[in-house]
Amino acid sequence: MSKLIGYITPQKFLDELRRYQKGSVTRRHFLGVTGLGLATAVMSAAVPGLRPRKAYAGLSGTLNFTTWPNYFAQENLDNFTKNTGVKINVAIFGSNEEMLAKLQAGSTGWDVFVPTNYTISTYKKLDLIEPLDLKKLPNYDQSAQDPRFLGPGTIDGVVYAVPKDWGTTGFVINTKKVTQNPTSWKEFWDLTQGPISGKVMVHDYQLTTIGNALKYYGYSFNSNDEKQLGEAEKLLLAAKPHLFGINSDYQPAIRNGDAWMSIAWTGDATQLHRDIPEIIYVLGKEGGEIWVDHYAVPKGAPNREAAYAFVDYLLTPDINAKEVQAHGYPSTDARTNKLVPKAMLENPILYPAKEALAPLEFGAAETLTNPLRAEIMARFKAA
Amino acid sequence: MTRRSSAVTALLLTPAGVFFFFLLILPLAVVVVYSFGERAEAGGYAPGFNFGNYLNLPARGKAFFNTLTLAPLGTAVTALFAYPMAYFLAVKVSPKYRVAMLVLVMAPFWTSQLLRYYAWMMILGSKGIPSWLAWLGFNDIQIINTPWAVLIGAIYGFMPLMVPPIYVSLEKLDKRLLEASADLGASPWASFVQVTLPLSLPGVATGSMLVFILLMGDYILPQFLGGGKVFFIGNALVDLFLQSRNWPFGAAVAMALVAIMFVTIFFYMRFVLGKSGTRRVALV
Repeated sequence: MSKLIGYITPQKFLDELRRYQKGSVTRRHFLGVTGLGLATAVMSAAVPGLRPRKAYAGLSGTLNFTTWPNYFAQENLDNFTKNTGVKINVAIFGSNEEMLAKLQAGSTGWDVFVPTNYTISTYKKLDLIEPLDLKKLPNYDQSAQDPRFLGPGTIDGVVYAVPKDWGTTGFVINTKKVTQNPTSWKEFWDLTQGPISGKVMVHDYQLTTIGNALKYYGYSFNSNDEKQLGEAEKLLLAAKPHLFGINSDYQPAIRNGDAWMSIAWTGDATQLHRDIPEIIYVLGKEGGEIWVDHYAVPKGAPNREAAYAFVDYLLTPDINAKEVQAHGYPSTDARTNKLVPKAMLENPILYPAKEALAPLEFGAAETLTNPLRAEIMARFKAA
Repeated sequence: MTRRSSAVTALLLTPAGVFFFFLLILPLAVVVVYSFGERAEAGGYAPGFNFGNYLNLPARGKAFFNTLTLAPLGTAVTALFAYPMAYFLAVKVSPKYRVAMLVLVMAPFWTSQLLRYYAWMMILGSKGIPSWLAWLGFNDIQIINTPWAVLIGAIYGFMPLMVPPIYVSLEKLDKRLLEASADLGASPWASFVQVTLPLSLPGVATGSMLVFILLMGDYILPQFLGGGKVFFIGNALVDLFLQSRNWPFGAAVAMALVAIMFVTIFFYMRFVLGKSGTRRVALV
């Protein structure tokens, strides 16, 4: 036997092969002596598809997953359950404020939830989430994430949440009914009080509704200035009688034609446009919101092991690509984007032009905790 | 007359007593304590003792106004719709079909309330009744997301609750009283107004009380059929606890609602106690 491992003459190789075929030597001996065992091991580590999926032994029980509507592919959840035996209970929420309220009340039993960028610092301040152990998330590759979206999840160098997907907040219009061509928030609010009165919806969500009312005057989406908020409130109260509804679940009304225009998020716009092509998505010229959603693990999660396995599973690029195709929100992960159909990558709803994205702002943490904004929203709804 | 020892009485009351103490009295006590506190910086409860929240109640005055106008109106109209149906069931339908028909009246309760409201959203939406009205020539009528939709939803949703008490009190009616009334020369209508109606009032009162209490605290109905534009006390509470997370103020609003209910039930009990001619309190 040659002393040099991995080096074997072709003649010797054939000899060993015949011996193996005849059963004179074990497979282990054959693989060792020819160096094929080592070669395979090196190869498989280098080819991602061949890399073994994380060992799911030892997972049990149920996983409580709290997320937003239409935000995942059921097929992926079913596959996770099939591979690990962990049953998944999904809870759907319509706003970050509700999630925060539930976590503040305590004993939610949640294992994984999906917070938006502006809430994470508040969660850390209130000690409601725990730092993530990135070693347990091997399929999350920080270097592959779009750097724009890495800021909110990391506080003082510690990662509390990993990015899931990003999006924007604009408005959808039914071009068959809305023949004016609004491109700005000023036109949105003016049309609401004018020609398309009675057919417009806004979110039941103070961040976007008050934020986009502020945009009418060109103020910052996150403004906490009392005077500016006062003007936004006046606009909202003036627009209220002309609104069809104040509801974050605007898809049904848009789909059946009760409403022709509504504040909307990227993924809903993708789904609406896909099913009803005359519905288009517009980003207001003055600006608006760009946001990024994350996966996070609340403190005291009952099934932490399953939580990490689940997040790791959903962030695996090929699984994540299936998620993107299901919910229609763009991913922050470059590896996932390579696996998403080209048509989606070129869809301006998911990937707006740079000029459209430039004036957008990320939500600020103060908007979550500012009681004045909450009061304005309540006064607006009560009026 | 059998005399029950007080020990047996105490034993019989214990399950309900324990249940109510831990699941009603204690939580209510927590709400009272919260209502005197302050909103924590990021939302939630911070200990304190001030009346600020109660003094701030007028800030939600519109919610109270909306609820206190729509709840009595809804109750009254539901009673108006339910009475003829209960009368028909109790007096006109032969006994062998009565129970079956009563079951049919209650059947909607077996389906999910949410499903029924979604159905109404379709019926009252632009592709439902308004489209028929447009065909008849009345264009641009919007029903969904208005107080009218909430009223319609209330009547439909609470009819199965209003009919049984009225039905029971009408069924109990001694028919010989009506015979006597006819013998004394009263017309059928006079008999109805002077004999049947007063004797069935306890049933109407009980049914109304049930519907009124549920309507006062309702959140789902104005949220779905009002589309966020009809603001009830229930909506104000959800908003205060889940959106603005001002728990102390929410607790104060909740206690105000409890106070209103106490007053209402006080008058209700006075009414039925007054109407009971016998020693037994007639709730139906």
